[in-house]
Amino acid sequence: MSGTMNAGARRGIGLLADPLILSGLVLAGLVFGMPLLKPVFAALFPGLDRPLYEQDSFLNLTIAHVVLVGASSAISLVIGVLAGVFVTRRAGREFRPLVETIVATGQTFPPVAVLAVAVPLLGFGAAPALIALAIYGLLPITEAVVAGIESVPVGVREAARGIGMSARGRLLHVELPLAAPVALAGVRTSVIINIGTAAIASTVGAKTLGLPIIVGLSGFNTAYVLQGALVVGALAVFTDLAFERLGRRLDRWKRDSA
Amino acid sequence: MSAALSAGGEAAAAPDAAPFNPVLLLLVVAGIAGAASLYPLTRAPNRLLAGQPVPWSAVIEGGRALVMLPALILVGGIAFPRRRGIQFLVAAAAALLAAALLWLAGDAALRLADPAAPAARISFGGAFWVLEAVFALAAADALQRSGMSPAARLALGALLAVPLLLVLFSGAADSLSILKEYANRRDVFANALTRHIEIVGGTLVPTLLIGIPLGIAAFRRPALRGPLFSVLNVIQTIPSIALFGLLIAPLSGLVALLPALGSIGLSGIGVTPAIIALTLYALLPIARSTAAGLEQVPAAAIDAATGMGMTRGQVFRRVEAPLAFPVLVAGLRVTLVQTIGMTAVAALIGAGGLGALIFQGLAASAIDLVLLGVVPLVALAIAADVLLKLAVSMLGRNRA
Amino acid sequence: MIQFEHVGKRYGTSEVVSDLSLSIKAGEFCVLIGPSGSGKTTTLRMINRLIEHDSGRILFDGAEIRSFAPEALRRRMGYAIQSIGLFPHWTVEENIAAVPKLLGWSKAKIRDRVTELLGLVGLDATTYRGRYPQHLSGGQQQRVGVARALAAEPQVLLMDEPFGALDPVTRDALQAEMLRVHAASGTTIVLVTHDMDEAIRLGSRIVILDQGRIAQAGSPREILTRPASDFVADFIGRDEMGLRLLSIETVGERMRPGEEAAGEPIAASATLRHALSLLVSRAADRLPVTGADGAPAGVIHLADLTVGRP
Repeated sequence: MSGTMNAGARRGIGLLADPLILSGLVLAGLVFGMPLLKPVFAALFPGLDRPLYEQDSFLNLTIAHVVLVGASSAISLVIGVLAGVFVTRRAGREFRPLVETIVATGQTFPPVAVLAVAVPLLGFGAAPALIALAIYGLLPITEAVVAGIESVPVGVREAARGIGMSARGRLLHVELPLAAPVALAGVRTSVIINIGTAAIASTVGAKTLGLPIIVGLSGFNTAYVLQGALVVGALAVFTDLAFERLGRRLDRWKRDSA
Repeated sequence: MSAALSAGGEAAAAPDAAPFNPVLLLLVVAGIAGAASLYPLTRAPNRLLAGQPVPWSAVIEGGRALVMLPALILVGGIAFPRRRGIQFLVAAAAALLAAALLWLAGDAALRLADPAAPAARISFGGAFWVLEAVFALAAADALQRSGMSPAARLALGALLAVPLLLVLFSGAADSLSILKEYANRRDVFANALTRHIEIVGGTLVPTLLIGIPLGIAAFRRPALRGPLFSVLNVIQTIPSIALFGLLIAPLSGLVALLPALGSIGLSGIGVTPAIIALTLYALLPIARSTAAGLEQVPAAAIDAATGMGMTRGQVFRRVEAPLAFPVLVAGLRVTLVQTIGMTAVAALIGAGGLGALIFQGLAASAIDLVLLGVVPLVALAIAADVLLKLAVSMLGRNRA
Repeated sequence: MIQFEHVGKRYGTSEVVSDLSLSIKAGEFCVLIGPSGSGKTTTLRMINRLIEHDSGRILFDGAEIRSFAPEALRRRMGYAIQSIGLFPHWTVEENIAAVPKLLGWSKAKIRDRVTELLGLVGLDATTYRGRYPQHLSGGQQQRVGVARALAAEPQVLLMDEPFGALDPVTRDALQAEMLRVHAASGTTIVLVTHDMDEAIRLGSRIVILDQGRIAQAGSPREILTRPASDFVADFIGRDEMGLRLLSIETVGERMRPGEEAAGEPIAASATLRHALSLLVSRAADRLPVTGADGAPAGVIHLADLTVGRP
């Protein structure tokens, strides 16, 4: 009886030692349990009338944040993969140096600048944020897709052609699967940058987890700032770890022997 | 052996090499489409209202269109995808066109200015931005096709910005709204730019002082590597705005406990937390490139140096450090570009800098003010990028 | 099976293959050999249209290869190369199954075929079928590469220096496997190499190429005994000519049956070159010979090695 309890407890501790699960629990705790922390913030910031951001629930803000990042990253992913595939085909080869120049120069643009420039073109709100995030996120993804496809060994390409795979078959079954781990690293970079940029996007009127931070900074409410920062920080760390886990699944063939 | 031969043969064959330059063709088509469907300038009654389009006819009246004649070279260049001399001509034409377009816009703004309405603003329209982008990309494509080394390309690329800068500093564009905004806020702008550079510099010093020793330690003690880089990686993952926010409470708490710290400039908001957060971010690329640089030093070089009787310190100073340096500079480039961008965000916690102009502009819907922050910010980031890329390729060349 | 009729291929101004005519019969083991730049790899790659010929005709099974879709053509021909090119994200089984899958074979049939092929190339099916290529040695990888090339029972097997990157011991073992595979499957094989010993050992016919033209084509014996030109004589190595001749004949063909001698015996299936090596190293003038059953079969004398040579 006590033996099974112990085993269960040990498994529980084992799960907590997994950083992905731990960060997920922290994130969930912050998102759902923030109201419970109100007394803590009240004690930490005795000078504040309203020690808890209550204009909107953290769940709603988190959902809005994730939707914004998810939608923009999905757009970046589709366009980035298409662009990466295009410039590594025969027909698109001539465009590759230009795309590489754009990608390299574009990434020196600060995300804030891209966000700020989107506003005069698209107005305030979620639309400029979505477009700016999608465009900025496109750069590391395109770069990584090209690098991933380039990393496929020449012998493997030659063999795939020689055994009679069609161009489509080679792309879908050989080049893209082999490029996936490298490409995923680009997606990871892109998504992490976008989580941060989305938070800043609340300055241009998008509803995200940056809102409590911006409201707190302009209203000298440090508790709001802390709450927003904690949740968005936890979200970023959890997402990063999730990508790391996914990456390890994708290149399983590099390690597993069975 | 024969595989290499046939591979070379295939490359030489390249039967699919287009007889024209598809990139330039696409750019020219995009430029014409953008110019035809969008307006070159907009005109607004004041700096906060949306503008009405100004048509091309008003911009190019009286034969001014002639300054855009180099466009013919761009069109002609399409037919010569591989001729080196032509590429230089195309690049030069693109640079002249970029400057000519700015001159046209500035000249039109001057002519259209109404002395009765001093608050009226004439700003760039969509066609202006599209065409300037087309010119920049056409120049980049031409430089790439010229077959020059990357360093030479960067240097020549920087040189190609000269005509545009000449127009800008000649005063010919001063009637445009962004430059009016600048004229009105000359002091604010100068302060913001200085502050921005100060913060970046103030970040770089502690970053190098801490990051390089951390990188060396990580290289020497592999056991330290994993934990150190994990921690730094988590910090990098946290969005900048969140890290700034997370530092406010503990720093203000610290100052409340020890007022002496406050008297030396520490506080929850302002420049200090900005530099602390930016340094935390910058540690990862610097430490990692230091370790990576030391790691790629060939074991044989260290072996040979030790074998000829150098001490451990001599090996480090004379062999390892110089060989690792280019990699460190490459890491410094990443750090610098990243820090320049993130410093803009630090404006949100009251650190000032170009970000302050951007966020003030966004809050007031004053697009010119936003651009007054964004354009120098981007220019600064690109300049840092180009300079350090040049440095890296020079260092690489000395090596070879 | 494969017919070249006045085939030419040029890259820009340089002619890599010119006016090449060659007929490769079904079941032949044809080796293309020549110095680098002789056009041997180009010739091979023109057969499965990895390189398209410019002039002349190449017939496969009586039809110009351009009348086939390139992919369909390649699926009827096996292809093995020096860099092997196993798909690293697929297991050994999935790699071997690549072409059968493309051809839409049933799962059960593919599985059986993989088992059979792993046996044929000398790998234990249960141990290796689930492994990823990373976990195989170079020699094992090339065995899998050969198995993959043979998977869909191709009418022709094309091999481009398949053993060039392997160590001598592994290469030797794989060459022996190839002879066995050829004998067992009866597949027409076209192999490119720059190793004369490999050509002599494997080829039923050797085609020597020089600057895109055939310098000589014939059985190993013909090439060795009657080199058509100084180039061929130089290429096969004037100094090595005698030793190479010895390497295409077996002890059994020259031994004196019924005689007996003392000492460590040599197998009747061994080459005369091997016999010479033993004779010299033992400072002997004769060796006992054993037959396939291991029983004494006769004796080979040093003098027998030179009898009847031109």
